[in-house]
Amino acid sequence: MRGARHATWAACAMAAALTATACGGGGASGSGVDGVVSASWGDPQNPLEPANTNEVQGGKVLDMVFRGLKRYDPKTGEAKDMLAEKIDTSDSVNFAITVKDGWTFSNGEKVTARSFVDAWNYGADLRNNQRNAYFFGYIDGYTALHPDSGDPTATTLSGLKITGERTFTVKLSQKFSTWPDTLGYAAFAPLPRAFFDDHAGWLAKPVGNGPYTVDAYARGSQMSLRRWDGYPGSDKALNGGVDLVVYTDNNTAYTNLLAGNLDLVDDVPAAQLKNVKTDLEGRYINTPAGIIQTLAFPYYDKAWNAPDGAKLRTGLSRAINRQQITDTIFQKTRTPAKDWTSPVLGTEGGFQDTLCGASCEYDPAAAKKLIDEAGGIPGGQMKITYNADTGSHKDWVDAVCNSINNALGEDQACVGNPIGTFADFRGQITQSKMPGPFRAGWQMDYPLIQNFLQPLYYTNASSNDGKWSNKDFDRLVDRANAESDTAKAVALFQQAEEVLRDQMAAIPLWYQNGSAGYSHRISNVALNPFSVPVYNEIKVA
Amino acid sequence: MGRYVIRRLLQMIPVFFGATLLIFLMVNVMGDPVQGLCGQRACDPATAAQLRKEFGLDKPVWQQYLTYMGNVFTGDFGTAFNGQPVIELMADAFPVTIRLTLVAIFFEIVIGITLGVITGLRRGRPVDTSVLLLTLVVISVPTFVTGLLLQLLLGVEWGIIKPAVSPAAPLDELIVPGLVLASVSLAYVTRLTRTSIAENARSDYVRTAKAKGLPRRRVITRHLLRNSLIPVVTFIGTDIGALMGGAIVTERIFNIHGVGYQLYQGILRQSTQTVVGFVTVLVLVFLLANLLVDLLYAVLDPRIRYA
Repeated sequence: MRGARHATWAACAMAAALTATACGGGGASGSGVDGVVSASWGDPQNPLEPANTNEVQGGKVLDMVFRGLKRYDPKTGEAKDMLAEKIDTSDSVNFAITVKDGWTFSNGEKVTARSFVDAWNYGADLRNNQRNAYFFGYIDGYTALHPDSGDPTATTLSGLKITGERTFTVKLSQKFSTWPDTLGYAAFAPLPRAFFDDHAGWLAKPVGNGPYTVDAYARGSQMSLRRWDGYPGSDKALNGGVDLVVYTDNNTAYTNLLAGNLDLVDDVPAAQLKNVKTDLEGRYINTPAGIIQTLAFPYYDKAWNAPDGAKLRTGLSRAINRQQITDTIFQKTRTPAKDWTSPVLGTEGGFQDTLCGASCEYDPAAAKKLIDEAGGIPGGQMKITYNADTGSHKDWVDAVCNSINNALGEDQACVGNPIGTFADFRGQITQSKMPGPFRAGWQMDYPLIQNFLQPLYYTNASSNDGKWSNKDFDRLVDRANAESDTAKAVALFQQAEEVLRDQMAAIPLWYQNGSAGYSHRISNVALNPFSVPVYNEIKVA
Repeated sequence: MGRYVIRRLLQMIPVFFGATLLIFLMVNVMGDPVQGLCGQRACDPATAAQLRKEFGLDKPVWQQYLTYMGNVFTGDFGTAFNGQPVIELMADAFPVTIRLTLVAIFFEIVIGITLGVITGLRRGRPVDTSVLLLTLVVISVPTFVTGLLLQLLLGVEWGIIKPAVSPAAPLDELIVPGLVLASVSLAYVTRLTRTSIAENARSDYVRTAKAKGLPRRRVITRHLLRNSLIPVVTFIGTDIGALMGGAIVTERIFNIHGVGYQLYQGILRQSTQTVVGFVTVLVLVFLLANLLVDLLYAVLDPRIRYA
């Protein structure tokens, strides 16, 4: 160790000669309740507005800086009242919302009914380019403010009415009994007047009503968040703050964690999964997240929409050795899928691990029989399309193809079809240009079974990329949405899911877990069902 | 000299337009970037159309290019998809990469030329052979291997450096990344200098200088080295551009938020504005570095005159 110390000293001396920076301990400073956690981050793709953030990196910040009417319990995913005192409805269409008293933004402004209504009007307005505008699509008047083509004819949502300082009413355009449970999504967060009055200033340093305030923000490289001592909620931050540092490469973040310069890495690189347990001596978590990966089919292509299609697709599903792929390629950070939802919903929420049953079980002999009966793979070869720029998609697509090829006893029955960038991949999907099955992943917006089914498989739904359409399925979803009793609604959704299974509309592959590694300095680390670390509960030693 | 510089500057204009047009077209071929902005789902058509309008993507490519160029000349490099002006990204990224490049060039000059002179003067001796062998190893090992290895050894195993550079990227944290970035070029500089020195050591003017009884030190620094440096200067000059643009790998490994990082992100997100803006500046740097090299010739070799 002596040698190393000398070397350190030498390096420091050299460094000191060049610039006067402190040498020694890295990472964030402080300890105990005032200790600051340093965590890995990625540059948010879109401007950091609540209704404009649709990926995890921006979501991390919003989760710290904002609190909405509801909040999803970090452990169970259950939607619990946060700023909502009560949300009443008698017909599943008209909702009366009362905001709790005593909440303010960190700049002192009171959180009122108007804070919500203004924010939602802003989010839904086509003129503001908000990526999550469709979240407000259930509210009456949305099509006037956000028409499919042409200019908006309104400036506010006609379904929103302020009835008092802390009360407002919402009128939906259709029955949606579980709508209040969607309100935990960041897009529904309240916004202070500063957001509208000085938009650029707000973006440079967002102001919200959550347990943290933004202390400094260097776009593209680092954001320092500090505990807001005046936070009125019950989920106060248990640490002094969080420094989010942008890492281009999660390998670097992981290396820096090992070197003790970083406290939390919430994206352990695939290549390190094998060693992560020994490297971090147990300071590693791997918990289910609301993400499911599937293989979708191009139903706009006649070859893939043949009468025997369900048999063919079920055959393909049974030809995939999910267990082996999740064990070897993903090192158990994925779990073989047994339905079309996610374990984070819990059985009460509609997750059912027996729903797919034999159709999702690996049986090469049965698979070959089914595929042969259906007339074989269309054209003799299928291409699984995926984007090659992120994730380890190539690995698993090749493995899935291998599995199918082995079951069929052919070498080239299934091949991968990589596409350079995610944007190009998405572009070809929206233009209905998929030559065969394609990778489809779904990260839930809110922990409801409805969110795993309707946007993906309902006729012409926003993310029904394969253009699958089934009257029985649509009818069951409609009935479920109109059902005011949650248990009954869930049961109806499950019936709809059975239609999915019988038709094998998309092949469920696996549920994705969130994983994170952390340093000695911190404890009580957890990931919520959206695979975002629960920053406010982290304790610093 | 002045006229020569002006001529060279004028020559840059077509190169500049050609390069930017090419990059512009290449980024455009990759498809519609708006599709990548809404995550796993399709953007709703109205928002997508609105975004396309905002970024000018609804117009034909030639019109996009003209508008873009028009804006560039007023100093407006457009806006990246995250709403940040590209000029701001540049202001953040270029200082960092320039610092990194300077560190790399510093190593190239100091270590590369020193080793080159030593080996060139001691051809065939053990020191020459071992340095040659060493440069061979450095040249044949890819940068990301050297980078990751040094990062793991110095950063994690021995704890001498921080494996990742902090966002401010102060000089001291850039020493190891700079060395990694310079490594291959450094080996080339060594070899170039060595050959050049070895060749010129037998030339008439060196013999004359020796015969005049000049001290060895003076012969080497004033006569031999000055003449031998011409090819080396050319190499280092063109290397400036290559280092700045080629730092993507090194910047990724050490998490340096410089030009390489912005370019990489720009390409992944298909942000035409970011990619074209950065490449344009890199092209300019390349052109200016080349001009500088040519002018340096005249300083090093009095026989060369520019008119």
